[in-house]
Amino acid sequence: MQINVLEYFVKTAERWPSKVAVADAQREWSFEYLSRRAEAIARQIVTLSNATNQPIAVYLPKTNEAIASILGVLFSGNCYAPLDVRAPVSRTQTILGQLEPILILTTRELGAQLQSECSDPLRFLILDDVQNNEGVIPDRWQQSIDTDPAYIIHTSGSTGKPKGVVITHRGVIDYIEWARDTFKIDEHCVIGNQAPLIFDNSTLDLYLCFACGATLHLTPEELFLFPVRLLEYLAEKSINFIFWVPSIMVAVADKSVLERVKDLRLEKILFAGEVMPAKHLNAWRARFPNSLFANLYGPTEITVDCSYYIVDRDLGDDEPVPIGRACRNSDILILNERNEACQVGERGELCVRGSSLAAGYWNQPAQTAAAFVQNPLNPHYPELIYRTGDLVFTNEKGEIIYVGRKDFQIKHMGYRIELGDIEHFALQVPGIRNSCVLYHMGKKEIVLVYEADANIDPGFIRTELGRNLPKYMWPTVFRFRPELPRTPNGKIDRQQLTTEYGK
Amino acid sequence: MDNIVAILKNIRPEFDYAGVDDFFARGMLDSFDLTVLVSSLEERFGISVDGVDIVPENFRSTEAIASLLRKYGATT
Repeated sequence: MQINVLEYFVKTAERWPSKVAVADAQREWSFEYLSRRAEAIARQIVTLSNATNQPIAVYLPKTNEAIASILGVLFSGNCYAPLDVRAPVSRTQTILGQLEPILILTTRELGAQLQSECSDPLRFLILDDVQNNEGVIPDRWQQSIDTDPAYIIHTSGSTGKPKGVVITHRGVIDYIEWARDTFKIDEHCVIGNQAPLIFDNSTLDLYLCFACGATLHLTPEELFLFPVRLLEYLAEKSINFIFWVPSIMVAVADKSVLERVKDLRLEKILFAGEVMPAKHLNAWRARFPNSLFANLYGPTEITVDCSYYIVDRDLGDDEPVPIGRACRNSDILILNERNEACQVGERGELCVRGSSLAAGYWNQPAQTAAAFVQNPLNPHYPELIYRTGDLVFTNEKGEIIYVGRKDFQIKHMGYRIELGDIEHFALQVPGIRNSCVLYHMGKKEIVLVYEADANIDPGFIRTELGRNLPKYMWPTVFRFRPELPRTPNGKIDRQQLTTEYGK
Repeated sequence: MDNIVAILKNIRPEFDYAGVDDFFARGMLDSFDLTVLVSSLEERFGISVDGVDIVPENFRSTEAIASLLRKYGATT
């Protein structure tokens, strides 16, 4: 019986010690080396703290060392919280204030930078100082149970405060067992990672490496700028498995780009994080007719994914790509406004029950209670479901089709963003009296419509927003209005603005 | 050329792009900037940039961008 996600890694490292586990732009590390490094980090953690099941922040770029740090935190019996090293310090501070991590794992340089902008003293473990000495193998993790937290990932909140989603060991094991069986992953798998560690899609890449002995290539991020370079990298590393966001798939889905690079060995092509347009999927399928394509779906709160569709037929360029059916050991309920199960073809909110459910939002009981609620179809005993806020319906084939959101959450370049989060900070830009942020689905533009006395230089707005918001949340289009349209009861008329600027 | 500098300046106001040899090597453009840059150029000059042309050589300096625009028949 498996209880802790580390059991995967320990077994794999014993079985294939010399196989390459992880490679970044600089180095390749074997499972044995990765394991030694992770244990050394864990030894340092346990000498600094007696805590278990507490968050430890990992404030590092996506490198082999970050992967070793994640494992080191798990070996210490705690849970890891990856933080974005490129986020503005004020946002990192908000997260740290809420998370109260017992330690922050980072490099001397990044640590000094972060501390210089924070008034309160932060508690760091500086990895430059951690030597790979021999020593006792940390075993605190062996006391854990499977409902203990494995990681905490932060998502955008509608009032400018990110939420830390607490994912359990049981959730990750449930997810990885499903993925390994469904996609038949073994040690021959070579993964071309795209997802940043702060984005939970990376969970699949990391744990297929830990559980199956797959090699994990941490694709240098700048390659995603240049489609041809990216494909050349995939060929050079013999990558045969990718799990990417549709935005990147779309950027590459140009016939001339796809055909430019020979020797591509992609066998399994998975994507999730936002809507995948069938037109671009079709371009990929034409280039890789014998490969498996799968559309995965799920919010962070149910451990990465809860449904999947393995592409099994030709889809018209304008047809929606289904999000498919529930993953094994997950159940999906589609509830209408009266909280009843929807009929085929009837739109409702997608809700999830199962072992994959997050334990809640860290230190946020009210938000937790609002999103994780009693299953309205089960009045007999306590059973929680997670309400995603996503609107879907089931077609005649029994496949779930995604329709849109109940609220103002969007997916942009794969990142989940609450438009309210951007509006909150737009109001702090000097000169802006009122703001409404919209998303143009077709053009993938974040549109900021603002009310001010005069047009404000977009460069100024970007600089100001950059103090509080990570770059993926910055508006790409700026529209000045002397006055925002209002509804009869005085609220900003979103409907009207959406008709004008967004779709 | 001034057009291009102005477009770049709108994206990253903190930098002066004129006369710089390699924006990427100097950290003056990243993935989000490049996406915005390509769509700004497309909108401003009424062109549609091909995926195969999205390579660093075409965007690393104002001269490179100008010659890419010429290739698409745009006048800067």
